[in-house]
Amino acid sequence: MIHPIPPGTRDVLPDEMRELRKLQADLLSVFEERGYGEVATPALEYDEVLTRGGGRGDHAAYRFFDESGELLALRSEMTVPIARLVATRYEQAEPPHRLCYVAGAYRAVSPQRGEMREFLQAGVELIGAPAAAGTVEVIEVLEAALDAAGLGSAVIGLGDADLYRDLLGEFGLEAEARDAVLARLAAHDLVGLEAELTAAGADEAQAATCLALSQLRGGPEVLERAREHGAAAVSRAADRLEDINAALGSRPGGHRVQFDFGLMRDLGYYNGAILEVYDPAVGHVLGGGGRYDGLMKRFGLDRSAAGFALYLERVHTAQIEERRRGEEGR
Amino acid sequence: MSAASGPLRLAVPRGALFGETLDVLDAAGVDTSELRGDSRSLIFETEGMTLVTMRPSDVPTYVEAGAADVGITGKDVLLEQGDRPVYELLDLGFGRCRMVLAGPKGSDRLGESQRSLGMMRIATKYPRIAERYFESTGRQIELIEVKGSVELAPLVGLGDGIVDLVATGRTLEENELEVREEIVECSARFVANRVAHKLRAAEIDELTEKLREASRR
Repeated sequence: MIHPIPPGTRDVLPDEMRELRKLQADLLSVFEERGYGEVATPALEYDEVLTRGGGRGDHAAYRFFDESGELLALRSEMTVPIARLVATRYEQAEPPHRLCYVAGAYRAVSPQRGEMREFLQAGVELIGAPAAAGTVEVIEVLEAALDAAGLGSAVIGLGDADLYRDLLGEFGLEAEARDAVLARLAAHDLVGLEAELTAAGADEAQAATCLALSQLRGGPEVLERAREHGAAAVSRAADRLEDINAALGSRPGGHRVQFDFGLMRDLGYYNGAILEVYDPAVGHVLGGGGRYDGLMKRFGLDRSAAGFALYLERVHTAQIEERRRGEEGR
Repeated sequence: MSAASGPLRLAVPRGALFGETLDVLDAAGVDTSELRGDSRSLIFETEGMTLVTMRPSDVPTYVEAGAADVGITGKDVLLEQGDRPVYELLDLGFGRCRMVLAGPKGSDRLGESQRSLGMMRIATKYPRIAERYFESTGRQIELIEVKGSVELAPLVGLGDGIVDLVATGRTLEENELEVREEIVECSARFVANRVAHKLRAAEIDELTEKLREASRR
């Protein structure tokens, strides 16, 4: 007899479970080796806590009342619950705090899109370590995690969350028009972006700068090319990225970072460096993260912070795909 | 899955945009002669690129998943499937048409329904565009989704009006319908997969530039 489960959820059977456990163990040992202690938080939080974190617009897709009428919600990611944990448990403790997790999170899905309502994330949070050293450490942990997962071809895209907010301010665009432009940038709709910039009253040179920056991605040479646009906001972002590049570049073995002035993350709490992980074997983003210095303050503790999360099931898919390609000798 | 290496995969829309898509690709230096033949194949290898032909409405699906790195499709399709995260890189300028609200010529059925029933019944192939449009203009509608010739619906009493794409307006004319409101202008767009756009930056930028040149001619 067939007993259905909700779309976007799934059972895991032993063959897959064995591989997922192996992957989790490999990632956790990378995190532990670098001093990140594993934590668990409840899948259920008070809705007020997740709202305060204010991550995604849909910070919680599933809300319900408990037996005493309190509004609860299923977490949609782990950064906000960990911010809550650190503010509560480590208020008096000397930073930095290094924490890691492998945990389920929950989001709403579009029907018939193969999206998961329940999924696993593996990641780290480094709280109390300012840029650029803190950011560099997080990138190094991420690189080691990708190595441990066997994703030799994976690339880390590195951008700056403050770039466009600053730049559009510098251009003197009104707040409302600025939001419309940022929305087009986030959607990476260049046709709409050009139209919104014109509608917002940006002049031709300003519009051209925005459009060119959104397409500027590649090795460290793009930092210089970005500066050629001359705006102060751009050179501030380029400086921040340059600092990271200098710290990463001084290590032996090179790194997997690609600089990307077009990078935007849809989580509201980021500032400064932001990152995304890509693998040529998978058409979707494998994970992301960045700095969220402002988030801890919302929980009453003034700490700089950075972290990343990988979608574990997607990393597993990429792992299998990369292995297959390796065997086919492509 | 996305092609990590090897030729760039381009999704080519069959149907109304097919001819002009091939023309702009030719002008951009992509050899499309095989596609112009009467081959039943769906996949064509040209120099440095694999062309995959499909329905325009499937293009965002293939590109989002990375089964095609880049693709060409109508803005109407992208708006209808607006939740698919693909990068919209270029307005190719051809395939221009308008998404409109149309009603029976010389009759105020739309207005009458609005007044006496508080809502209009709208037949369309674009339920999400229609829904969003009426929501944003503060009107309530009863949406009737159809797959084929939507002009038929109001003629036989299925709905008071339609939301549909209009190029020349001849189909509306022939079916005794007329444009009441214009919703949005559409044309063919060049789109890219999010990951391919990052990992195959040089190739995609080069193709984008060639297409930009070609579409301006």
